Amino acid sequence: MTPDNRQLSAIKAILFMVCLIPAFLLWRGFEMDSLGANPIEAITRNTGEWTLRFLLITLCVTPLRKYSGWHWVVRLRRMLGLFAFAYGAAHLSTYLWLDQFFDWQAIAKDILKRPFITVGFAALVLMTPLALTSSNFTIRKLGGRRWQSLHRAIYPIAMLGCIHFWWLVKKDVTEPLIYSVILAALLGLRAWWRELERRKQLAGGYLQQPRFEGKVIKIFAK
Amino acid sequence: MLIRRPADILPSEITDSGLYLARRRFMAQAGTLALASALPAGLAHAAGQSLGPLAKSPFSATESQTLYKAATTYNNFYELGTDKEDPAQNTHRLKPAPWTLRIEGLVNKPQTFGIDQLLKLVPLEERIYRMRCVEGWSMVIPWVGIPLASLLKLADPQGSAKYVEFVSHYDKATMTRGVLDWPYNEGLRLDEARNPLTILAVGLYGEVLPVQNGAPVRLVVPWKYGFKGAKSLVAIRLLEKQPTTAWMKAGPSEYGFYANVNPEVDHPRWSQATERRIGEFSKRKTLMFNGYTDQVASMYSGLDLRRYF
Repeated sequence: MTPDNRQLSAIKAILFMVCLIPAFLLWRGFEMDSLGANPIEAITRNTGEWTLRFLLITLCVTPLRKYSGWHWVVRLRRMLGLFAFAYGAAHLSTYLWLDQFFDWQAIAKDILKRPFITVGFAALVLMTPLALTSSNFTIRKLGGRRWQSLHRAIYPIAMLGCIHFWWLVKKDVTEPLIYSVILAALLGLRAWWRELERRKQLAGGYLQQPRFEGKVIKIFAK
Repeated sequence: MLIRRPADILPSEITDSGLYLARRRFMAQAGTLALASALPAGLAHAAGQSLGPLAKSPFSATESQTLYKAATTYNNFYELGTDKEDPAQNTHRLKPAPWTLRIEGLVNKPQTFGIDQLLKLVPLEERIYRMRCVEGWSMVIPWVGIPLASLLKLADPQGSAKYVEFVSHYDKATMTRGVLDWPYNEGLRLDEARNPLTILAVGLYGEVLPVQNGAPVRLVVPWKYGFKGAKSLVAIRLLEKQPTTAWMKAGPSEYGFYANVNPEVDHPRWSQATERRIGEFSKRKTLMFNGYTDQVASMYSGLDLRRYF
């Protein structure tokens, strides 16, 4: 099943709305004063968790494509990645504005002195070039290979995200553990693919002639 | 045509929302009371029930109090769940009556109190205290309690007693497993335990202590971080040596025995210089000893507070 361009546009539009649901629920919770006794903490936590979730969802796209054969899903990946960045930016803004109230001195001290803030901040800084190079124009400009190696930064970014969560909880690490296990599985898959590739190369599979399995598709629309 | 007619109700006649809410609460309490009088004595002790006339205290803060709803839905009580909202939703896991509290260890007269006895031992006092959590938020809570010193006096501590350990109720069948080394315990130096600020709380906002706040009886030490206030106490033990507390075992580099509120000594992972008062938008500066310097600083003269955090 491969949707045509019109169907894909519809899927993208629906996905866009779905990705906005957490933000909408949070906004409604704030309006209705149902975020609990400490709404600022609730907003910080919620946007942070959705950043991590969108990072993991983005990392699910390639395995999904590989195992389902739905090659078109890769064309949804950019939007998912950009949502991860958007929720991350909202998370950082909550911290800068609602939590620290733009007390730059305290913020600078926090980033330098608190390892969990350092890694969280580093993750968001690392996400920025990825978001900036997500347009078709920059992909063409960079060239596929360079673009791809830059965007592999999502692996360390997601790891930093998990560490950030792990280091901030007081004692009960159940939730960060769940995210970390999912991330480990997603990264483990990639390591396994690489290993398979290496074995194939060692076996001389590519010496005669490179062979494509499946069909070649473009990962971004013109 | 515009009909100019004044509104039927004068603004002055509209009932203030605070008043009608208070009326609702009164009705609810009256209902609880009516129900309570119909029940056997042991079951009468229930959250929400009024504790009657209370003596005022010069130690009470005059700041505006945290909303009842916030203080009873935003709790750290890991036995009933590790999220802030969990304890209020899991109150069925702890039965605050019948209940007994023992005073034991290095005492000449070991004591065992039922909760009803405890309420009648000395006149109940209202103590409006600031509460600063080690996580960086704070509240102002009108506790109802009795000075711990008066209770300790009844048990007559022996000369060798130097520390007091507080042990919380733990039921493996219904409560959180893992996370901390259960049962939860805390400790104070004997002079800290005897400080007039230290109370055993049996209520808040004039009512019986709700389960999520540590029913039926808990420790409140307002100049220390909130985790020192062990909840749902079953034993108070006088010891010669300093006890190792649950949080000291969980993270010796992060949680010390003293745990005095101190804006200059940071938690290894976050700053303690400021706090968010629940209900307020911007943060406020954290005060030394949570603002109780006059009452407690003399107990720590000569003690390196950075080392003994």
